[in-house]
Amino acid sequence: MTIEFQFNGKTVRTDAPTDKPLLWVIREDLGATGTKFGCGIAQCGACTIHLDGSPTRSCVLPIAAVAGRSVTTVEGVDSKAAMAVRKAWRELDVVQCGYCQSGQMMSASALLEGNPAPTDDEIDAAMGGNLCRCATYHRIRAAIHQAAEDLNGESA
Amino acid sequence: MSRFMDKKSVGQGGSGLNRRRFLQVSALGGAGFLIGCSESDTAAPAAQTEAAAPRPAAIDAELNAFVKIQADNTVTVVVKHLDKGQGVTTGLPAIVAEELDASWSQMRTEFAPADANRYANLAFGVVQGTGGSTSIANSWEQLRLAAAGARAMLVQAAAEQWGVAADTIAVADGRVTSGDQSASFGELAGLAATQTPPERPALKDRSEFKLLGTNLPRLDSADKTDGSTEFTIDVKRPGMLMAVVARPPRFGGKVVSFDASKALEVPGVSRVVEIPRGVAVLADSYFTANKARGMLEVEWNFDDAENRSSSELEADFTAMLDQPGLEARNDGDAPAALGSAAQTIEQEFHFPFLAHATMEPMDCVVELASDGCEIWTASQIPTLDVGTTAAITGLDPASIKIHTRFAGGSFGRRAVPDSDFVAEAVMIAKAIDGEAPVKLQWSREDDMAAGRYRPMAVHRVRAGLDEDGKISAWHHQVASPSILSGTAFAAMMTSELDPSVVEGTTDLPYAIPNVRVDGYQPQTGVPVLWWRSVGHTHNAYAVEVFFDQLARTMGRDPYELRKELLTEHPRHLAVLNKAAEEAGWGTDLGPGRGRGIAVHESFNSFVAEVIEVTMAEGGNFSIDRVICAVDCGFALTPDVVKAQMEGGIGYGLSSALREAITLTNGEVDQKNFDRYRPLRISEMPKVEVHIVNSGEPPTGVGEPGTPPSAPALANAIADATGRSISRLPIADQLRTA
Repeated sequence: MTIEFQFNGKTVRTDAPTDKPLLWVIREDLGATGTKFGCGIAQCGACTIHLDGSPTRSCVLPIAAVAGRSVTTVEGVDSKAAMAVRKAWRELDVVQCGYCQSGQMMSASALLEGNPAPTDDEIDAAMGGNLCRCATYHRIRAAIHQAAEDLNGESA
Repeated sequence: MSRFMDKKSVGQGGSGLNRRRFLQVSALGGAGFLIGCSESDTAAPAAQTEAAAPRPAAIDAELNAFVKIQADNTVTVVVKHLDKGQGVTTGLPAIVAEELDASWSQMRTEFAPADANRYANLAFGVVQGTGGSTSIANSWEQLRLAAAGARAMLVQAAAEQWGVAADTIAVADGRVTSGDQSASFGELAGLAATQTPPERPALKDRSEFKLLGTNLPRLDSADKTDGSTEFTIDVKRPGMLMAVVARPPRFGGKVVSFDASKALEVPGVSRVVEIPRGVAVLADSYFTANKARGMLEVEWNFDDAENRSSSELEADFTAMLDQPGLEARNDGDAPAALGSAAQTIEQEFHFPFLAHATMEPMDCVVELASDGCEIWTASQIPTLDVGTTAAITGLDPASIKIHTRFAGGSFGRRAVPDSDFVAEAVMIAKAIDGEAPVKLQWSREDDMAAGRYRPMAVHRVRAGLDEDGKISAWHHQVASPSILSGTAFAAMMTSELDPSVVEGTTDLPYAIPNVRVDGYQPQTGVPVLWWRSVGHTHNAYAVEVFFDQLARTMGRDPYELRKELLTEHPRHLAVLNKAAEEAGWGTDLGPGRGRGIAVHESFNSFVAEVIEVTMAEGGNFSIDRVICAVDCGFALTPDVVKAQMEGGIGYGLSSALREAITLTNGEVDQKNFDRYRPLRISEMPKVEVHIVNSGEPPTGVGEPGTPPSAPALANAIADATGRSISRLPIADQLRTA
């Protein structure tokens, strides 16, 4: 069965088994490896992508559920919020090992799309599904605040 | 030399220079340096800096084992250490950029090949390895000399090209100038490679540093924020098969027999093979291989396996403490002083096994041929992996190449004496006769249940107070499995006692007249390993939490008592005072809040932390703030130092809150992040890091932030509640119904 969906703005088709998780279709079949595998049970958030704009764990989402929908990964995300997030991440040198950071940034940019000035508590709630074993959390919080200021300054 | 001769080294351009030139020059920094240069015939890495207009003489040049200058004016530092997030791909190039007088924007890095002759960790001997927070310390002099030598070669080249005296030449910000003559490094690289560097190039005085000591941006940030950094999991080779392995569910179990017929029916599965560590399934996709693994029927034998539960192990460890141990320190006569003490205080401490739980589960890509083997992985000890691979395959070690990739976390996990996941991947490649490249990918469950844990430990500490109320004796017993014994690293043990069992207790810094430390090394079948700061993790906890217990018994302020007993240890004292001062030690926090302090030396760095907590209903609490003071000698890249303290503190707090690996009849209870639950963002406190510059040479920062964090937290909770926590993790110990 061929499944068709939008991937980073392009239409793609796959004949992968319908129960194959989106994560592995992205990584193995579409060759976009920025989205990472961490746990396979939606507990760590390393595989976070945007599904029709919402942050979604791709490691437990069967490809059949993606038919006709729009998937965006770290390689394709280009909203103003995502750009502000990336800029802040770089300016504050958030990354350490970097493995979880694609997922962190996808969750952060989705947060800022819906909430242009999140509080610490709102950040903690939105980012609670993304583990970082390097514990870069302190800087993630600061970078989200900085990205929010950047976005709000631009729109003012 | 052949290593260089094999390289694509003959260029196409007619530069007037010899096309191939290799000369060996005098030793610099203990390493025999090879000089080679090759004209650029490969695509140069994308450079943000001005690309030099192609000139005849512009070629890519390798000035020594650590410094390459490309025709496009980028400088590549060959990094002999693994970057697992600790920032060596920023810290090591910073040393080079400083002595080379390069511009930070032209700096690039590449990981060194496995080569114990050129790229040994000078703290380890003839082994290329990353660990023990040694990367900066062992590279400091070596890279300064390499960069200063390369700078001298650029100056000599400019002098030759322009016909001027070397002392008229200045180098700054990546440009070489004399009068109105000026050239980029890239333009001089080819000619520079023909120069002989001075035997002992002059190094800068610290007062002349322009880059070191400033907040240089990380060189790996850009690629790690757009998904382009290649980790091992991202490596793809033509025709590559994905492999997963069914391993015995208890440590030491063995395969008796297996039935793969159902697994082989899954479309996409190509092979099922037995290897010494279990049964491997190979398929065209990880998803397929993993699914098929679930259909294997394997009969295991557990006769030689570790079949005990954690509670039995703990009882066995504790029972050892009633027997004589291995003496690790003996000042004065602690048992006698305890016997005559006016008051004695005793406490047992219990620590669980801990998983590293790196975000990237272990993985390795192997391409095996009859005449060689290529490996892509992130290993802390690549030259050891070469030896292991040679032993498994029978290949000549010189034919085995390791391509180091960035590591998705490590914390010690990737420094395994028997090469662990690398060996497993090579075994699979061998079992299929190298018919296809193989990527071994562990699931989270594989990773979590694979052992190599921070060892479990049981401590008993006793102290005596004399009739004047002073601490007269301290007797510390530690029972924890040896990491080194029975491994390839057993030679590092100078006595029967593995120093990692007692590190952080034998160097107890407090002025106490009678101190005794005894180590015990229980045997278990559970593989153990170094875990970010190793023995210091549990030893600093027992020492610093027990110290606070003593202070409370004595009616003393724990900071003031530490100060009084640390007068002979100025570096401990300086960080202790700094943390206390920045935290506002002694000010009233208000009801329901507590403040704790801890100080510890590890890996030649000194760290003190003050933690503030707020207790909530039902025994819940929040960690509000951590104030950290660190003396790691000269801080080369202060922002990286701060990041390592922040991360090390988060790692320590994470373990103290909830982390534990437990066994039930030998089987691991926690296999994924649903039951092994690390710190999340909502639990991460604000962290302030203050660098105390002692003026000493640079030491490590990857590990030393971790040891004081858990005891400072426990001391803060005790300050708020009066309850001392002697068993980790804290988990729900404070919860009330």
